[in-house]
Amino acid sequence: MSAFVVLKPGVLSTLQDQGRFGYAHLGLTQGGPADAVSYRIADLLLQNPNPSCQIEVSVGGLSVVALTDSVFCVTGAQMPLTVNGQPKSLWRSHPVKKDDVIELGFAKSGVRCYLAVAGGFRLAKEFGSNSTVLREKVGGIAGAALQQGQFLPVRSAYRPLFWSLPEKCWPDFSAPLQLALLPGYQQHWFEDAQWQQLCSSEYQVSGGADRMGYRLQGEPLLYQPKALLSEGICYGAVQLPPDGLPIVLLNDRQTLGGYPKPGVILAQHAAALAQRRQGQVVGFYKIAPDQLELHRQEQQRYWAELAMELRS
Amino acid sequence: MIQLELAGENALILYLPAAICGNNLSQLLHVQQQVRLVLGEQLQELLPSYASLLIVLKPDHQGVLSIKTLLEQQLRLSSSVLEQTGKLVLLPVYYHTGWDLNAVAARAGLSTAEVIELHQAIEYRVYAIGFAPGFAYLGELDERLATPRLSTPRAKVPKGAVAIADRQTAVYPAESPGGWNILGLCPIRLFNPEQAGSSGDMMPFAVGDRVRFQAISQSEFLALGGQLPQELC
Repeated sequence: MSAFVVLKPGVLSTLQDQGRFGYAHLGLTQGGPADAVSYRIADLLLQNPNPSCQIEVSVGGLSVVALTDSVFCVTGAQMPLTVNGQPKSLWRSHPVKKDDVIELGFAKSGVRCYLAVAGGFRLAKEFGSNSTVLREKVGGIAGAALQQGQFLPVRSAYRPLFWSLPEKCWPDFSAPLQLALLPGYQQHWFEDAQWQQLCSSEYQVSGGADRMGYRLQGEPLLYQPKALLSEGICYGAVQLPPDGLPIVLLNDRQTLGGYPKPGVILAQHAAALAQRRQGQVVGFYKIAPDQLELHRQEQQRYWAELAMELRS
Repeated sequence: MIQLELAGENALILYLPAAICGNNLSQLLHVQQQVRLVLGEQLQELLPSYASLLIVLKPDHQGVLSIKTLLEQQLRLSSSVLEQTGKLVLLPVYYHTGWDLNAVAARAGLSTAEVIELHQAIEYRVYAIGFAPGFAYLGELDERLATPRLSTPRAKVPKGAVAIADRQTAVYPAESPGGWNILGLCPIRLFNPEQAGSSGDMMPFAVGDRVRFQAISQSEFLALGGQLPQELC
């Protein structure tokens, strides 16, 4: 069996698989990769047949040593990647030999990287998932972020072909981001003028942006607050607390909340948002429910075309 | 008529009249069973709370709009929901003045013994589970005990703390920060992660169940496996 050992955990590195589903009624949130798109590409690059357990490296600074020969890749934020000090490309699978050291510097653009290995990391699951949720002390190793010296076993796997994603397909996390907002929840609590303001305002990512949610800064959207009984919150829900500044709720959100929500952004855009840093510009635009089928087809085409672009 | 709203590309939320009442809970129990039957394998998550039911679909569903239509056609609120009362769970409590019991009593103009009696007098229902794994919102508390949250939340509420806020009561399943007024401690483990995947229950209750508190002595508390937090030792 193959394995790695953590030499330096970096700023914040957590184990994540596709997320934890089916336990929200017990108060457990979903967790999972904050940028599910980069996460999925990592599994495609390694030809992992199922969503694997990967390391989500926030900001940077992780280094691990291989205890056996293996194949890995890194996708996501632009972090300088080296193997034994030699620069290596992101979005490409690489071989490592016993005692090779993989190191990630600090992200120049974007926030999170995914370090994936052929076969995936193999650890005991909690509530059906390896995803780490720090607030709940669930998943990963003992519900916590990675620590120096930890041993990370890898599932045995066939040696994959060495694939890469051409540079034209790499996402640009420094670009301004428009978030498609699907009206729902308390959409009718907001009048046309408020919807117009929400969809024409320029917002910036605030300092309060993490795996739980992204609080935005900008012109407050004032509305008459009404009492709302706490209700279940979806991934990507946009919450408007009385201060009028939107919060987009992400993977580690609390399962229940009582602030009004005009709607929910599309998952693809929530993943892109999680790669934005404080001060970056984002906006909303409204997407009509009857456009959802078209969006699904576009998503299917995106993944089909991306799979064709992967090459050795 | 069922009221459904979109809650994202993979989710819908069902709304009942906005009220904290047993009738809503009975309707939620009733309608959850129907949603399971109608959606079967397409269902990823069902999250009931007070007067709503969040229905999350697996990503390969048949289309959220067509599911909305399907549910609108098939779901029926029950006209006789009295049978749907959930199970009764008894929770022992070692009431103690080490935290907020005296302040709650003083505010209500009652003795601590009266507060303890009133807290036990009601058969509560579980209105929602959230905030933290296994944290159940129980209601409704006797009006005379209604107490606002602490103006400054405690950094550490002990595991098992039985607490009240406004007209709700709850047991903290694990040590955490919190702003509710603590009346005592419950020795029963409310969240058992090691039961995940086995046939045992991870939690003794679900939304819609009924809960009663029963006062116990310190020795009973210890005999039931309770551990006194440092501040009481």
